[in-house]
Amino acid sequence: MSTQKGVKNSRARKRTSCGNVTYQIKEKPSYSGRISKHGRSNPEAYEHAKDALQEALKFFEKGPIRTSRIKNKSMEKHLKIMEKVAWIDGLAPEEIDVLLNVALSGKFGNAVNTRIFKCLIPATVISGDSVVKAVSWLCVGKCSGTIKVLFLRWLVAMFDFINEKDQVNLLYGFFFALLQDDALCPYACHLLYLLTKKENVKPFRVRKLLDLQTKMGTQCHLQALLSLYKFFVPTLISVSLPIRRKIYFKNSGNLWQAALIAVRQRNTEPSPLSLKLPLGSAKVRSLKRKWNSDSIIPMPNSSSYDKECGKKEISLSDLLSNSGSFPVEQLHNLPQLLENIHCLELPSQMGSILNNSLLLHYINCIRDESVLLRFYHWLSQLLQEECLWYKVNNYEWKKQFTSLLDSVIKAQCFLQEGFYSCETFLYKSLPLWDGLCCRSQFLQLVSWIPFSNFSELKPLVFDHLASLFFTSTIYFKCSLLQCLRELLQNWLLQLSMDIHMKPMLSSPLKTTLGESMKSVSKLIHYVSWLSTNGLRLENNSIFLLHFILDFYEKVCDICINYNLPLVVLVSPGVFYPALFSLDSSILNQLCYIMHRYRKNLTAAKKNELVKKAKSQFNFSNKIYREFNHYLTAMIGCLWTSKSFQKCFYHDIIDLDARLLEEAGITEYRSSLNLVHHPALFSYAVSFLLQEWPEARTIKLSAIRGKKWNWYLDYLFSEGLQGLKIFLRHSIHHSASDE
Amino acid sequence: MDTYDDSELTPSKSASSKLKEYSIGATPLQKRLESVRKQTTFVSTPHRKKILQCSQLQEDVDPQKIALLLHKQWTLYSLTPLYKFSYANLKEYSRLLSAFLTAEKHKGLAVEVGEDINVKVIFSTLLGVKGTRRDSEAFLVQILSESQRPAGKLEEKVLWTGWFCCVFGDSLLETVSKDFTCLPLFLVNGAESNTAIIGNWFQNTFDCYFRPLSINAFNLSWMAAMWTACKMDCYMATTEFLWSVPCSPQSLDISYTIHSEDAKALWDSVHKTPGEVTQEEVDLFMDCLYSHFHRHFKIHLSATRLVRVSTSVASAHTDGKIKILCHKYLIGVLAYLTELAIFQIE
Repeated sequence: MSTQKGVKNSRARKRTSCGNVTYQIKEKPSYSGRISKHGRSNPEAYEHAKDALQEALKFFEKGPIRTSRIKNKSMEKHLKIMEKVAWIDGLAPEEIDVLLNVALSGKFGNAVNTRIFKCLIPATVISGDSVVKAVSWLCVGKCSGTIKVLFLRWLVAMFDFINEKDQVNLLYGFFFALLQDDALCPYACHLLYLLTKKENVKPFRVRKLLDLQTKMGTQCHLQALLSLYKFFVPTLISVSLPIRRKIYFKNSGNLWQAALIAVRQRNTEPSPLSLKLPLGSAKVRSLKRKWNSDSIIPMPNSSSYDKECGKKEISLSDLLSNSGSFPVEQLHNLPQLLENIHCLELPSQMGSILNNSLLLHYINCIRDESVLLRFYHWLSQLLQEECLWYKVNNYEWKKQFTSLLDSVIKAQCFLQEGFYSCETFLYKSLPLWDGLCCRSQFLQLVSWIPFSNFSELKPLVFDHLASLFFTSTIYFKCSLLQCLRELLQNWLLQLSMDIHMKPMLSSPLKTTLGESMKSVSKLIHYVSWLSTNGLRLENNSIFLLHFILDFYEKVCDICINYNLPLVVLVSPGVFYPALFSLDSSILNQLCYIMHRYRKNLTAAKKNELVKKAKSQFNFSNKIYREFNHYLTAMIGCLWTSKSFQKCFYHDIIDLDARLLEEAGITEYRSSLNLVHHPALFSYAVSFLLQEWPEARTIKLSAIRGKKWNWYLDYLFSEGLQGLKIFLRHSIHHSASDE
Repeated sequence: MDTYDDSELTPSKSASSKLKEYSIGATPLQKRLESVRKQTTFVSTPHRKKILQCSQLQEDVDPQKIALLLHKQWTLYSLTPLYKFSYANLKEYSRLLSAFLTAEKHKGLAVEVGEDINVKVIFSTLLGVKGTRRDSEAFLVQILSESQRPAGKLEEKVLWTGWFCCVFGDSLLETVSKDFTCLPLFLVNGAESNTAIIGNWFQNTFDCYFRPLSINAFNLSWMAAMWTACKMDCYMATTEFLWSVPCSPQSLDISYTIHSEDAKALWDSVHKTPGEVTQEEVDLFMDCLYSHFHRHFKIHLSATRLVRVSTSVASAHTDGKIKILCHKYLIGVLAYLTELAIFQIE
């Protein structure tokens, strides 16, 4: 993957992480509503907001002009813009500097200052200078007690993001003095706890703290600070402090928690090789996520046990070969893999290969059963645990689950083969699937089901899909057909590989070629059953028909493209709706498919493979007969010729010709030919208009003889290539006869 | 399968049997797939089961250790096979896990405050807690905290206990290769934070996967029937059922207590097939309870959800909590739980 793409990805993840934030601060509808509405989905609006932020900063710097209603309104507007930008992207150090000054200078009322504080979220860091400046405002005494508290809480929350902590540490004495204020004391304690260095611990401070403790009683926060002092200079404090660790500082009131998570995520760039899944916030984690704090997909680490424990048992062969194993953490590129492939130390958790393309390469080469089993167990348990309909509808989970499925699918595409775990997962989950949730992911998983006996798979997979197919919308029908087409293609590729491998390796599939072909043909029959009934349900929808014919485009070329002895003809339930369709592209596609069938059948006749397979596989004359039947029907329909006509109409329309004539339909014999066919009718009309623009009446029957040939050329020039190939190869003789 | 036993005896044979396995084309993974297919195609649990046998514990049991397992509430987990686990290294594991635990506890603390956390992890085998000879040996993990008493005596307190076992787990054994140790059932008593740390260590070291194991109402009623059917010398507790009615704002719980003798009498009247418990019998047993309740309170219990079952043998909660009371039927209870765990793994 190019780095540029990687960058894009990380950006995209940033956005999703912002999504988390909006999700979390539900209790503040003013924020979440804004962000989700205007969010980053609209980049232009966002750029605009950035500019507006600068305006807002200027506004706040100027300070309030004598209040009027208009001013109030514009202040509200500026505040909102500021909140929006802060929550989505955070503020730059300079912006924070400005706003801190505003909030602590007492220019505005408490309410405004509080709002400003709440959105003081750093994009990257906070400069130490700003903190020092802000503290100097505290000395001026222009801000109220609540704002002071808020400021201290903010410092505690943002402590990790402050850049020059040494500068802040210089103010230690000042913060220490704040302890005397009862309201500020707990927060000052917490800040001091974070700030204290060994040299800050002085006898007079210890004395002061002990004084405070006797005055206020044993307080958690004071004890925390004392025990920290005692840790640094044990000789100074003789008082016994409780040994047991407690939670000294309440963290629940952290106003900025959600924002901080987002900031941390932004600041930690993902490692270039493995694309980690976006992290959820700590609150909404399943047990699994509670245990593994980082990511549900483990990072590749070489086995910790071997490292520590294995040294004892160095075998003689190891000493002789002198080959130190190559730890997986050091594996960064393909040459490294190739050089060390013999001594690569596998990761302690096989699950980590999922996001690591190099390791995927590796397990593709080695066919170590235990490696595959480890991976199998890990993935199938993870999928089942993450699968979201075991849980309540939760947006966060859904996102996690989708991205997990996406990375599984990516790995499958990379290896060009399906995982067994996914297959067993489908067995368990398809009966419960509603066909909506993660649709595209599920269908992709289906398309990667490894080749196996269709009859065995049918009750596990295909029966469930069929009932979904018949009860869902046309869009689901189309996507399922597309997925089955991909499945067919994957199976065919796998089988065509196996055929060539067969002499050397006994196929793990334990099946003969004939049996495999039977399985494939059963899949095709299953799809044709779906298609026939689907077309009936959807009133021969052209949209659906397109997807069905796409499937048959794969089917008709099996012999030639995959070198497999199998021809399964298109079923009548699909053939006739396509032939009589009102859409020219459908007819065109059908012509192309029939042409390819013809090619494949002639190739099959010559091919030795078929002769070999013939004994096991029913590749009989029946297929040729059926194909000829279809062909006659098509020719008879499109190309008016008496000899074909009769049998054509007798086969499809069981109507006495006399009845038609009595009904006044005399021209029925030619009513589906290239000129009159409903799909081509408009072509015929525009052809006539083009040739004879002055003609006042249009007579379609005029297209015959030479004009017929011109008309054909016209059709071909309009892009009906399928029709062209089909006619060229099928009607060669009759055309030349004329 | 015979080949598997042979392979354990002599290495030379193992190679040939492995070869044979490959030539047939049934790798462990494919066997696994096959068994999952069977499981999914047919009904999840077989329709009949053997009645719990009295005591199947092997001779070489340590009664003190068994006593540790009884009368405690355990939280259940299923566990995929452990990769490269060796019973010879238990001491080493104790050392490593102790170090890991201490490191984890200190993580995230910028400065050391207070006394050191003195914890120790001990691995030990639970001899005899298994169904067949092929089942892996169960083992126990304990976290002990050591503190210096004023008298100078070292006092040890058990903070956390977990144990791994496999009772009649043949179906799982057939689908893994020799590198794996199958102990599909994991039971925990202690703080969740410790479980997480230890679970993480196991997942990292043996590439396995823990999942909470819950017991659905269907299996709870099976347990109720099977445990009621057990012959007891004396009943220590009454038989109790708990149903939950989902309604807002608070769910309604219905508790139903019967004298164990009465429950047994009811079961005996329902029970027909000697030596076995069948699905029909279980259904009938529960239906009797339902109709009795309906006669008195006009509430259809069948429309509610069975949440907890407790008998003199053991008690189980749908959240995956179990307490085993009767020493005699320990193995029987574990066998059923192992079956549930294996089903979840597959």
